[in-house]
Amino acid sequence: MLSIKGIKKTFNAGTVNEKTALNGLNLHLKEGDFVTVIGGNGAGKSTMLNAIAGTWLVDEGSILIDGVDVTKLSEHKRAKYLGRVFQDPMTGTAASMQIEENLALADRRGKKRTLKSGITAKEREYYKEQLKILDLGLENRMTAKVGLLSGGQRQALTLLMATLQKPKLLLLDEHTAALDPKTAAKVLEATDKIVAKDNLTTIMITHNMKDAIAHGNRLIMMYEGNVIYDVAGEEKQKLTVADLLKKFEEVSGSEFANDRAILT
Amino acid sequence: MNIVSLFNAMPGACAQGLIWGIMAIGVYITYKILDLADLTVDGTMCTGGAVCIMLMLKGWPVWAALIIAFLVGMLAGFVTGILHTKLGIPAILAGILTQLGLYSINLRIMDSKANQAINVDKYDLLVSLRYIKNVPIYKNTILIVAIIIVVLVAVLYWFFGTELGASIRSTGANPNMSRAQGINTDFTKILGLMISNGIVALASGLYAQYQGFADINAGRGAIVIGLAAVIIGEVIFGKISLNFAFKLISVALGAIIYYLVLQIVMWLGLNSNDLKLLSAVVVAIFLAVPYMKQKYFATSTKKGGAKHA
Repeated sequence: MLSIKGIKKTFNAGTVNEKTALNGLNLHLKEGDFVTVIGGNGAGKSTMLNAIAGTWLVDEGSILIDGVDVTKLSEHKRAKYLGRVFQDPMTGTAASMQIEENLALADRRGKKRTLKSGITAKEREYYKEQLKILDLGLENRMTAKVGLLSGGQRQALTLLMATLQKPKLLLLDEHTAALDPKTAAKVLEATDKIVAKDNLTTIMITHNMKDAIAHGNRLIMMYEGNVIYDVAGEEKQKLTVADLLKKFEEVSGSEFANDRAILT
Repeated sequence: MNIVSLFNAMPGACAQGLIWGIMAIGVYITYKILDLADLTVDGTMCTGGAVCIMLMLKGWPVWAALIIAFLVGMLAGFVTGILHTKLGIPAILAGILTQLGLYSINLRIMDSKANQAINVDKYDLLVSLRYIKNVPIYKNTILIVAIIIVVLVAVLYWFFGTELGASIRSTGANPNMSRAQGINTDFTKILGLMISNGIVALASGLYAQYQGFADINAGRGAIVIGLAAVIIGEVIFGKISLNFAFKLISVALGAIIYYLVLQIVMWLGLNSNDLKLLSAVVVAIFLAVPYMKQKYFATSTKKGGAKHA
C-alpha cells in the first residue's frame, strides 16, 4: 500500500541551522495496516508524514502509494490518496465556514471542482448520518461555523472529513495531543471506529506510549530520522511502556527525550 | 454653507458611492474572502476606464467596451496572481508591481495622454453625472448602477456557492486545509484575483463614463476607498445578517455612506485636496478599532472555556 524507499530531507542545508530530519528512511505498509509511531522530539515523525503528504518534496528517495509514484507530485494532487488530521485543531478545518461546507469540501477531495452546487440536499442528508457516528451532537448544528466548535469537536470533524472520501492512507499527526485526556480518549475511540469500519491503512503518530501500544497492529519507533524499532502482531500486543523505554535506550544509547511520553 | 447645495449634491454622491460600491465588492473578494491585500486595484481602477473610453471613442457599443474592460482587469489580476503564487512574491508587493507597470500601460491605452474625454451628447453612455436629475427614470444613473449591483451580487452569490467558488473561500479561510483536501490553492488565488480585478475594472469603466473622461490618476488610493467601504459596511451592517449576499450589499452601502460623509465634510468647508488624507485617517482608525478593542479593552471572562477544551 505504502512504500517509502530511502527518503532523505535536510532543512536549511548549508547553514548553521542545518538539520537532517529524515535520513534514508524506509517503510513499507500492507493494506489495512494500522501503524502507531513514537519517538522523541525531532525524531522525524511529523517530517515523515509531511514527506508522504507532499508539504515539500524530499531530497532523495521515493514514495509510492498503492503502486503510484507520488514522489514529485504536489501536495494538492496527492491529496486524493490521503486523509489527514493534524495536531493543531485549527489546521484541519476552515473556521469561518459551516460544518456542512467543510464536509462538502472534503467530500470533493480528488475530484474536479466545477460550477455545480457546492453542496446538494442529498449530500446534506448523508453528512448528517455520518456526523451521528461521531456522537457529538454535531448533526444538529450542520450550518454552524466550525470556529464555534471545541478543539475535540474540530478534531473529530477533521477525522470524518479525512475519511469521507475513503483515503488509500490515513495520516494522523498527534491528532489528540492538543486535547484534554477525556476528549482525547473520545477522539481515539472515534478513530478506531472509523479505521475499523473501512479497514483503512493508517499511520498514527502519538506521544502517548500506552496509546501506541493499545491501538493498531504495528508499532514503529523513530530516532534521528530513521526507524529504529518495528514490531507487529502478537509481540506488539504484549509490549509495555517499560519495554519501549528500554528498547529505546538500547538502540539509541540515550534516554528517551520526550517527557510527555513517559508522564502521560 | 447653504443646506440646499448639500441636498443638491446628495444624488451625485449616491451615484458615485454606488459605482465605488462595485469596486469595493471587488476588494471584498480579495481582502475578505481570499485574505489578501491586493494593491493591483489602484492600477485597474484606471485601466478599466481607459479601455472603456478608448473603445467607445473608436465606436464600440458601451456594453462591449465594458466587457473588454472587465476582461483586461482580469488579465491584470492574473499577472498579480502569477507573481504571487508561481514566483513567490508576497501578495502586497506583487500587487504594487502590477500596479506600477499598469501606469505605463494605462498611458499607452490612452494614447499617451493623461486623460481622454468622452462627450455625453455624442456617445451613448450607460451612466453619466448628467443622467442624475431631469432624465427619464430608466436612464437614471443611480437606478442603472443599482441594477448592475443587484445582478453582480446575485452572480457572485451563486458562484461562491459552487464547488469552485467554495474552494476559493476555503483557500482564504485555511490554505493548509485546502491543499490537504486537494484544492490547488495557487489556482484558486489566481482565479480570485482575476475576478476581483475584473469587477474593479468594470467599476472603473462606469466611473470614467460617469465623469465623462478616463483619467490616469483615477485609481490613486482606490484600495483605501475600497477598504473603507468594506469596513464601514461591516461595522454598520455586520451584526444584522451573516448571509453572503447581504454582506456584499452592505459593502456597496458602505461605499455610499463613505461618499455621503465625504460630501458633508466638503460642504462643511474641507479643502478637497485634503480628502485623501482624511480617507487614510478614517480607514486607519477603522482598521485599528478591532485590534485596540482586543488589546486594551479585553474582558478576561472571554478567554479559555470551550475554545481551549
